[in-house]
Amino acid sequence: MSFILNEEEQMLRDSAKAFLAQSAPVSALRKLRDESDPVGFSKQLWASMAEMGWTGILVEEDHGGVDMGYAAAGLLLQEMGRTLTASPFLATSVLAASALKLAGTDAQKAAWLPKIAAGETVIAFAVDERARHNPDHVETRATKDGNGFRLNGKKRFVSCGMGADAVIVAARTEDDRINLFLVDTGAKGVERTPRRTVDSHVPADFAFDDVKLDGDALLAGAEDSETAYRHVLDAGRACLAAESLGVAEEAFDRTIDYIKEREQFGQPIGSFQGLQHRAAHLYSEMELARTLVLKALRVLDETPSQAPLWCAAAKAKATAVSRLAGSEGIQMYGGVGMTDEYDIGLYYKRAQAAGEFLGDDSWAAGQVAKLAGY
Amino acid sequence: MSLEEFRAETRAWLEANCPKSMRSPIKSEADICWGGRNWEFKSEDQRLWLERMAEKGWTVPTWPKEYGGAGLSKEEAFVLKEEMRRINARSPLDSFGIWMLGPALLKFGTHEQKLEHLPPIARGEIRWCQGYSEPGAGSDLASLRTKGVLAGDHYVVNGQKVWTSYADKSDWIFALVRTEPEAPKHEGISFLLIDMDQPGVTTKPIKLISGKSPFCETFFDDARALVKNRLGKAGEGWTIAKYLLSHERASIVSEAGFGGLNPVTAAQTAGEVDEKGRIADPILRGKVAELTIDGLAFEATMRRVKEEADHGEGVGARASALKYLGTEINKRRHELNMSALGSDGLLWEGDREEDGEVARNWLRARANSIEGGTSEIQLNIVAKRVLELPGG
Repeated sequence: MSFILNEEEQMLRDSAKAFLAQSAPVSALRKLRDESDPVGFSKQLWASMAEMGWTGILVEEDHGGVDMGYAAAGLLLQEMGRTLTASPFLATSVLAASALKLAGTDAQKAAWLPKIAAGETVIAFAVDERARHNPDHVETRATKDGNGFRLNGKKRFVSCGMGADAVIVAARTEDDRINLFLVDTGAKGVERTPRRTVDSHVPADFAFDDVKLDGDALLAGAEDSETAYRHVLDAGRACLAAESLGVAEEAFDRTIDYIKEREQFGQPIGSFQGLQHRAAHLYSEMELARTLVLKALRVLDETPSQAPLWCAAAKAKATAVSRLAGSEGIQMYGGVGMTDEYDIGLYYKRAQAAGEFLGDDSWAAGQVAKLAGY
Repeated sequence: MSLEEFRAETRAWLEANCPKSMRSPIKSEADICWGGRNWEFKSEDQRLWLERMAEKGWTVPTWPKEYGGAGLSKEEAFVLKEEMRRINARSPLDSFGIWMLGPALLKFGTHEQKLEHLPPIARGEIRWCQGYSEPGAGSDLASLRTKGVLAGDHYVVNGQKVWTSYADKSDWIFALVRTEPEAPKHEGISFLLIDMDQPGVTTKPIKLISGKSPFCETFFDDARALVKNRLGKAGEGWTIAKYLLSHERASIVSEAGFGGLNPVTAAQTAGEVDEKGRIADPILRGKVAELTIDGLAFEATMRRVKEEADHGEGVGARASALKYLGTEINKRRHELNMSALGSDGLLWEGDREEDGEVARNWLRARANSIEGGTSEIQLNIVAKRVLELPGG
């Protein structure tokens, strides 16, 4: 396992940086927000991501993807974090693609993975039913009905849910196990409500009222659905941690630039020890987050059996560090940091939202304790 | 010889030569071999082990052979370390000569100085201590006032040093001394090697809150230091001191490797766990989990930085961030050990040798973020040299 990026990964990162600066700067998020975009992301941007092969980053070449692995997916998300890019990348290309790869049948893979790789579909991934993340708390039920199922229940704050063509839903079957179902968002009995959140994203609340599903809605491939469900969440955590790290890095870089310029008492405020120590502390903490994020991504690619521990650790640290980078940023910007005109506040808001999704730092620390056996 | 052949040979040699009693983790400070003129070996095995390793040049494996080392490459030295770890072999010799003075001598010393001083360090014959801090010069080290006046072939040294670890047991001291009083404060300091076995040098132990202490005050009263034992040019001491401090920081950081008692075993020892073996107090459990995450992150970060350095990216001032993180995390660990043990952690004296050790280690750890440059000094360095924030 290497902490050094290989040439391919470096090229991917550099091209992502250049592309996002051009096509998805922070002003793009502001535009989506100010125009009250109904889905909260740009379909045109999604199409461009597909052209570059990003949408199929985890999809095997047989199904039209580039299959570069989680480290590559994480690098892309880290750069997206830096520009606060809103897109279905995490929901569709990471979570849904992972679920299909791990738990899909051959037919399901053949039907959906090429569409994901081509950027022709957006698939959301629905987990939580309460305010705080808890993958065990699944009350949504899928009851047997002939060859198919009847789906009943609710899911909250489903990322990219408003723009999704389909949603993968975690539901309990009659044996009380959690299974994954691929549900058409246009099906009868599916109702969704937009929730505009503090970070200018538009997740959806879903209600499933006796939705009739065909038998092939169940992801029932090689891997047991519940095991796959947990592995998908681990992968999502590491990738989301990478986005949080990108959010933290950009907030930090902007803050450092700002305190080098901004003068008070006739000198740059960055010359004051009070701020220097806070900045140096944040830098040190970010070093820890950088390590854990890359470690978790590599573990997913190379030794997936260790993923639960490292993905939880990465999520906990990246969440805490990105919130700290955002709040320290606002503090060091001073009054203007509180204004909508400056971008630093947008970073703080995204740090909070990304931190909450798939388990915040407290939740993830609890997982670490459990996995470590104490 | 390939690395694999080297590994096989090393393994065989260690198997044949490392005495059984030297193959268990050190239990307390008494197990460490420091060497020196007055050293009394704790056991025959300890003496044998040092002699055999020194003979191979493996007390300082990467030093050149002519200076007492084995001339190993970094990769070979790493293999040796791995093979020693494999059988739990103790370090045959620990010393400030190896960790701090040696690297500085190798970089700044003349051939004659290296020949005179390095081999006795490698064989554990001369024990060194470090004379940096003074009562008026702690974090602001360059304001030190111990002075050295040139008199023919030697300097006459007068002044006082403080926090000189093991000064009372050492043979020689490497000291920072102001020799050019007219120069700006950073440019008037020389780096002198001083034999402590002379009438003008006295030491006095300092008692600490942990009850015992390796620290001393060291007094120079018309002590003599030969000019040939000045490392570098007159007034060049600060450059050498900074180089040496970076080695000291690296060794403090690696000591912060988190072996030994941890809060989970502490809670188990104290019986403060529930029926599932989980720490009973949920808030303590949460704090321990956060510490676990930071501990994992820190150890992996050490490996990452090392890998990046091998890859040519350089560590530089980032060593300060690591020193800061490592020592702060270590302090937290000891605090949580104490919390997890409750009143059992308070024990100071008892019937067994290890009684009081937990509390003493806890108190000792407070010094981690002071010695080798305080946490605040490390943050200053990160701010100025890594983040390039403007000077005050």
